[in-house]
Amino acid sequence: MSTTTAPAQSPKNQRRRKEPKAVASDRSRAESRLALYLVAPAVALMLLVTAFPMLRALYLSLFSYSLTAPDDREFVGLANYGTALSDRLFWMDTANTVGIMIITVAFELVIGFVFAMVMHRLIFARGLVRTSILIPYGIITVVSGFAWQFAFSNTNGFVNGWLPFIGDDFTWFAEYQTSMVAIMVSEIWKTTPFMALLLLAGLAQVPEDMLEAAKVDGATWWQRLWKVILPNMRAAIMVAVLFRALDAYRIFDNIFVMTAGANGTESISFLTYRQVIEQFQLGIGSALSVLLFLSVLVVAFVIVKLFRVNLANARQEG
Amino acid sequence: MTSTRRRTAVAVASLALGSSLLAACGGSEGKPTLNWYINPDGQDTLNQLAEDCSTDDYDIAIQLLPASATDQRTQLARRLAAGDSSTDLMSLDPVFVPEFANAGWLEPFEGDLADQVLDDDVLRGAAETVTWNDEVVAAPQWANTQVVWFRKSLAEAAGLDMSQPVTWDQVIEAASEEGGTVGVQANRYEAYVVWINSLIQGAGGNILDPDTVEDGRDAKVTIDSEAGAAAAAVIEKLADSPAAQPDLTTSNEGTSLGQMFPENGPGEFMTNWTFVYKNYEGLIGQPGGPADEQEFEDLGWARYPQTVEGEESRPPIGGIDIGVGAFSEHPDFAQEAAVCVTNAEAQSALAVNEGLMPSRQSVYDSAELTEAYPADLLQLYSESVDTGGPRPKSAFYSQISSAVQSRWHSPRSVSPDSTPKQSADFLTAILRGEALL
Repeated sequence: MSTTTAPAQSPKNQRRRKEPKAVASDRSRAESRLALYLVAPAVALMLLVTAFPMLRALYLSLFSYSLTAPDDREFVGLANYGTALSDRLFWMDTANTVGIMIITVAFELVIGFVFAMVMHRLIFARGLVRTSILIPYGIITVVSGFAWQFAFSNTNGFVNGWLPFIGDDFTWFAEYQTSMVAIMVSEIWKTTPFMALLLLAGLAQVPEDMLEAAKVDGATWWQRLWKVILPNMRAAIMVAVLFRALDAYRIFDNIFVMTAGANGTESISFLTYRQVIEQFQLGIGSALSVLLFLSVLVVAFVIVKLFRVNLANARQEG
Repeated sequence: MTSTRRRTAVAVASLALGSSLLAACGGSEGKPTLNWYINPDGQDTLNQLAEDCSTDDYDIAIQLLPASATDQRTQLARRLAAGDSSTDLMSLDPVFVPEFANAGWLEPFEGDLADQVLDDDVLRGAAETVTWNDEVVAAPQWANTQVVWFRKSLAEAAGLDMSQPVTWDQVIEAASEEGGTVGVQANRYEAYVVWINSLIQGAGGNILDPDTVEDGRDAKVTIDSEAGAAAAAVIEKLADSPAAQPDLTTSNEGTSLGQMFPENGPGEFMTNWTFVYKNYEGLIGQPGGPADEQEFEDLGWARYPQTVEGEESRPPIGGIDIGVGAFSEHPDFAQEAAVCVTNAEAQSALAVNEGLMPSRQSVYDSAELTEAYPADLLQLYSESVDTGGPRPKSAFYSQISSAVQSRWHSPRSVSPDSTPKQSADFLTAILRGEALL
C-alpha cells in the first residue's frame, strides 16, 4: 500500500496551486493591498519594540564594555565574536543546548502524539481529559522547575522513592548526566501539552473518508497510522517541531532554577545571561545575544529546509 | 447582582490603588523617606538603627535584599545602572565597593564628612575597603575577619603551642596526628577565594599586583609566583591529608561547624568568621554544640595561620560598608544618615546584639563589648581586622573571583606546579576580554 495524502483542500485550491500567478485579479490585488494596510501598524510597532533593542545589541557587541567600568569602553570591532567563537565554553554550551533541543523535542513529539490521539478519539469526559493534559502547559516554567527540583531532591523528593533501581539518597544534581536528565524531564513535562495541542489540530485535518477507505481496503491500524494519518499531518508535525525546537533552543528557566549552570549544565541563553546580568559585560554579552539570535535563525532555516515545511499549508491556506 | 459585586470590587481596588498612590505622593512632598537596602544579617538591630537615625528632616526605610551576595549585587547594580533615585543607602560587601565606585554609582564623602567616616579610630583593614581613587566612597559599618578556632585539648595533645603564631603546615599535621580535622571553606564560591587570597598574601604575594590593581583590565596578574605556589601547596597538603573533612570540595562556613564538638573524636581546627563564638555559645547543651560550659571552655582561638613560617599572616577581611547612591534625591541627608548608622553607638549595638564586629577600635575597648566577649578574643579580632589583607580592589572583581574559582576548584586537583600558572593565564585572558567565564 502506498502513502496516501489528501488532495489540497478543495478543487479550487488545487487549481490555484498549479497556476498561481494567473489568478491575480483586481479583487485579489485590492485584498492584498488592504492586508498590507492592516498589518502596517503592527509591523511599525514591532519594529519599534524589537528592532531597537536588536540594533542596540548589535552596536554594543562591537565594544569592550563593562557596566562597572563605563569609562574604559573601547571599540574592538568583531573581537568579541572571535572570543566567543574560539572559546571552548561557548561550544560546550552550544552542544548542551542542541542536545537538550533534540532529546526533548523527540520525546515531546512521541508523547505529544499519543496525547493528541487520546484527545482526538475520546468519546466521554472530553473536556476533563483535555484540560488535565493541558494543565502543565498552564504552569509557569519557573514553578515547574522548582516543583521538579523538589521532586528530584534526595532529601524530600519522591523520584528516588518511586524508582526501584535508585537508592533513596541518590543526588541527581551532583553530576552532569543526572542533572541533565532532571532538567529535560521538567522541560518535557512542561511543554508536551503544547506539542499535543498543535498535533491535535493536525489530526483534525486528516479526512475521515480517507481513513474509512483505508479500513475498507483492509489496512491495519498500524498501516493506517503510518500510511494515512502521519503523511496527512506532516505539515502540522513540522510546525510543531519547529516551534518547540526554537523554544527548546532558548532554554533558560529550568536550568536557572534547578542547577544554576553547575556541573556544565549551562545553555547558551544561560551563558549570555551570566555575561550580561551577573558580570555586567555588556560587550561580550551582546555579542553572545547576537550569536544566539543567529543560531535560532539557523535552526529555523535548517528545519524548514530539511523538512520542507510550508507554514501557509499548515494553516489551511491555499 | 454580579455586576453590583463587580462594581464594588472595582471601587475597592481603585480606592486601594488611589490611597497607595496618595501615600507615595505624600512622601515626596512632606518629609522625604530614605531607602536603605540591607542584606539579611542583623535585621533587628538594623531596623532599630533606621528608626534611631531618622530625624525631623527624613525617615529611613529598610528594604531587604536577597540572601545571596551575587543576588544582592545584581539587584543593586540593576537599580543603579538605571539611575534609580530611590536607592539612597545601601549595605555593601567590601568587594563590591570598587566595582560600584568605578561605575560612578556611589556618592563620595567629602570634607568633614569624609574625615568623620574615616578617622584614625577606623581599623586599617576596614578603612582600606572604602577608598577608591583617593576618595572615601563608603562608610565602614561592621568588620568581619577570620581566626583559627580550635579545641584546646586537641592542640595540647598534638603539642602545638597556640599562643605563638602557627603555620598551616603545623595545624594540618597536628590535626592528622591526633585524628582531628581542619575545617575550611573550599566549595566553588566566594569564600574559597577568600581562603586562597589570604594564603597568597600570607606568603607575601597577591592575586593581582596591588600597584596596578585599580587599572582594571590592565592590572598585572601576579598569582603565578612563589606565593601562589606556597598557597597551592597548603591546599594540596590539606586535600591529601587525613585531616581533610569528607565534604572538603563543597565545604562552606556552616559545614565544618559540627566537627568542633563531635560525638566521637577530638574535634577540629577551623578557620572561620567571627560569628563562630556566639554560635557555639548559643548551642551549649544542644546538638552540634558543646555539651556543657566546661566543653565550651575548651574552645580556643588564635590568629589566622601563617602560610610561610615567620611571615605574618594576613587574615581575611569582610563586613559591610554603607554606600550612598549617586542618583539619590537627597544625597546630603543620606550621607548624614550613613554617618549615623556607622557611628560607635551603632557598631556597639550590632556587635552586642548580632555578633557583627566593629570596624572602630574604640568600640572594641567599650564596656558593652568587654562584657559580651572575652578580652583576648576582642583583641584578636581588632588586631586581625587591623592587619588583614583585602581582596583585589578592582572594578572587575566578580570576574577575577570567578576566574580564580574556576581554576582552583576542586581543591583536590590543586597543584603548586600547575594551578598558579593556569589561573594566571586564564585570569589574564579574562581581564583582556579574550575568554568567556
